[in-house]
Amino acid sequence: MLRYQQFIVTKHSSHPVILNKESRKTPRAVNVDLQSDATLQVDISDALSERDKVKFTVHTKSTLSNFKQNEFSVVRQHEEFIWLHDSFVENEEYAGYIIPPAPPRPDFDASREKLQKLGEGEGSMTKEEFTKMKQELEAEYLAIFKKTVAMHEVFLCRVAAHPVLRKDLNFHVFLEYNQDLSVRGKNKKEKLEDFFKNVVKSADGVLVAGVKDVDDFFEHEKTFLLEYHNRVKDASAKSDRMIRSHKSIADDVNRIASTLYTLGTQDSTDVCKFFLKVSELFEKTRKIEARVAADEDLKLADLLKYYLRESQAAKDLLYRRGRALVDYENANKALDKARAKNKDVLQAETSQQVCCQKFEKISESAKQELIDFKTRRVAAFRKNLVELAELELKHAKGHLQLLQSCLGVLKGDT
Amino acid sequence: MTGRGAADSLLPAPSFAPSVIQWRSKMAAERDTPPLGSAAAGLADFREPEDGEDLFVSTASTLESSPSSPEPASLQVEDVSANSNGPKTAEILIDDDQDDLFAEATEEVSLDSPEREPILSDGPSPAITPVTPTALISNRIEPKVIGVPSMFERSLDEVEEEAGGDLFDINISVSDPEKVGDGMNAYMAYKVTTKTSLTIFNQSEFSVKRRFSDFLGLHSKLASKYMHIGYIVPPAPEKSIVGMTKVKVGKEDLSSTEFVEKRRSALERYLMRTVKHPTLIQDPDVIQFLESSELPRAVSTQALSGAGILRMVNKAADAVNKMTIKMNESDAWFEEKQQQFENLDQQLRKLHASVEALVCHRKELSVNTASFARSAAMLGNSEDHTALSRALSQLAEVEEKIDQLHQEQAYADFYLFSELLGDYVRLITAVKGVFDQRMKTWSKWQDAQVMLQKKREAEAKLHLANKPDKLQQAKDEIKEWEGKVQQGERDFEQISKTIRKEVGRFEKERVKDFKVVIIKYLESLVHTQQQLIKYWEAFLPEAKAIA
Repeated sequence: MLRYQQFIVTKHSSHPVILNKESRKTPRAVNVDLQSDATLQVDISDALSERDKVKFTVHTKSTLSNFKQNEFSVVRQHEEFIWLHDSFVENEEYAGYIIPPAPPRPDFDASREKLQKLGEGEGSMTKEEFTKMKQELEAEYLAIFKKTVAMHEVFLCRVAAHPVLRKDLNFHVFLEYNQDLSVRGKNKKEKLEDFFKNVVKSADGVLVAGVKDVDDFFEHEKTFLLEYHNRVKDASAKSDRMIRSHKSIADDVNRIASTLYTLGTQDSTDVCKFFLKVSELFEKTRKIEARVAADEDLKLADLLKYYLRESQAAKDLLYRRGRALVDYENANKALDKARAKNKDVLQAETSQQVCCQKFEKISESAKQELIDFKTRRVAAFRKNLVELAELELKHAKGHLQLLQSCLGVLKGDT
Repeated sequence: MTGRGAADSLLPAPSFAPSVIQWRSKMAAERDTPPLGSAAAGLADFREPEDGEDLFVSTASTLESSPSSPEPASLQVEDVSANSNGPKTAEILIDDDQDDLFAEATEEVSLDSPEREPILSDGPSPAITPVTPTALISNRIEPKVIGVPSMFERSLDEVEEEAGGDLFDINISVSDPEKVGDGMNAYMAYKVTTKTSLTIFNQSEFSVKRRFSDFLGLHSKLASKYMHIGYIVPPAPEKSIVGMTKVKVGKEDLSSTEFVEKRRSALERYLMRTVKHPTLIQDPDVIQFLESSELPRAVSTQALSGAGILRMVNKAADAVNKMTIKMNESDAWFEEKQQQFENLDQQLRKLHASVEALVCHRKELSVNTASFARSAAMLGNSEDHTALSRALSQLAEVEEKIDQLHQEQAYADFYLFSELLGDYVRLITAVKGVFDQRMKTWSKWQDAQVMLQKKREAEAKLHLANKPDKLQQAKDEIKEWEGKVQQGERDFEQISKTIRKEVGRFEKERVKDFKVVIIKYLESLVHTQQQLIKYWEAFLPEAKAIA
């Protein structure tokens, strides 16, 4: 039974849509705006974390006739999501769309390592300390777990919300086929192939990007996205570091609270009351600090990470268009040459037409996609920044109240 | 009793015109090495013997002669160690008992067997076995009444009352660190300002310039005078070769500024703790330190000086001795207290380590927040949606303010919380040291008893062998050791009594200190949260304004 909350923004609404997910047992509270996606609603209703893999239960509700039922669920693993994403990327038909970025691989390594270390160090600490640390690590594990579920869900929802991608056959198979898709992760050879492909692609990308675009809109977008992507990357890294420091502080305060408690119980003088009261206070405030870190992570770091990936996807779109443009121009040149030599003219003409169509098709949809990207981005940032500020305020006020009440008691005692 | 009165017997005769302080300073100026721990009432000054010099040659007349006479006045210094380079001091105490300072002066002046342990300038008694100098005796002066400098004419009670009660009005501040000199010989001079209404001082407000080694020298003297009789002498701040070298070399960066500030603050706390002690504040060394414009350089505090090395040797020897002394504790209070302090020590160290980690992470957070703020500003710049761009810039500003806040909080974490804990960890070491001294005192007493027994047996043997001439000597020796046993017992009782009192005082101070600091610290946390609320409240409408 997992509860998690996240954000997605549909293509058609200008306001963010919040989907509250609860466990299957309770009714799903959905807050949709304007265009209801009743035709196709996808979510991850459950997830199970096993030793080295996570099993997601993908739940679909649809009125579309393609599906055999109106409501059904399947179990999918991370590799299957990647397979789906890659199939979109490789599909020429979708060249003109921003492909929703693939969710990152679930990474429990750090958490698992910590849990293991804790197990090893069990002998060296008191029972209370051990239980406390265990609880914390479990909470951390749960948080990472929730995040990975959220990211996989966002991917699916984006696909479901896209007017073209939602019709994709692979997508339907993914949603409906309740057997294992027999998709295996890439083996070493394939990973190496991918690596080379990427190298070639980035080299090509530089070439293509160097070509000045006639269209102002796209030229502007190119410059903008390049810079934006880099800066988001930087901001994402810095926000991660900031949040890690916050977590460290919460851990320190936790240790301080424990030691103060011991001091308080040991001390025979007047000051023992102080120690105990402050220990109690720090126990509570450290929880708040941990929540602040977690909320910043969710509202700020995750936001930046997501838009890092999306801006990359947008860049990829621009690259494809640029590539198509270069191809088109080359085809034009080839046609001219063929006409001049009067050799293979028909072939050249067909080739040129194909390139032209391709290019125009991409350009048309790309423009809309990029505009939507901006809309989504602005809305998501707005929502998250507002929520971030509200949560920071809430926590600070709670923290302040605890401090003041403790001070009141202590000052009264002296 | 410990016979501090005997020390008093060495006061110069009233014919000595110059005031005590001046005399002492002058004497001090003659030598390279610091004057030994001076008697409380400016008593006979003495100095460490130069190598090979016969300590006890001078006659009583020396005291009356010019102060520039290089020969030491006859001393109560007991241990003559031919190769000792360390300064030896006589033991002078102001008795904490609420009696007239010199009421017991008449008791102790048995010059035959001075029972004082010489103390090296810092640390517990030397590992060197006491040797009773028999040559010492004849030159002692034995006045019963001592002329005291005017400041000590009042009874000790009054001073104590003033020191301990509400009238205890003295405030010390250490400020204006100034670099003096260049290169490796450079040092930091600090201004020490005292504001007080206590009459043991000449003025009510005055300041002097002191350097770090001066503080160490002061502590050194106080420790050598008081620790072995059970007083908890506040430890001086620690040396730091790395830190000081940076300063000397002239590195003007943040870390050296921080280092100097850390040291300044530590020195201030050190002095305040020292003067809060009702006994220590009356010590002439303390008064001289605070008042006198010139102070002889405390060279023996250098780690690699002869004195320094001797200190290290003695510390090692002490550690060994401690392990071998097995004391029969008859007083449960001491056992209980020792255990308590052991526990307290453990927990405080743990807490200190955690708080230091907190300070470190808080500083890190400040740096990372600043870094993020810059990054967010850049992101805002490249964002092409105007309203969002502005909001991101605002976010950057908020984060920048917050990073400042974190930095301030880190300072509070450190200067309020961490330094207090550090101070107390060191203080408790001093407390434990005092308990160890008691053990030593007990051990000495036991040793004396053993020796007495031996002497008695020897006498009995001689009796049988019928050697009349040697018999007399044996009888004399028995008498001597009987005296020593008595002295040992008295010392032990005295130190036990003193420790009880000191521990009581220490605990009271500790409670007060912690309460005050905890409240201050919580208030700093309150301030941080209040500011955070302010900043985020200002930002929220900006975020909402994104259209």
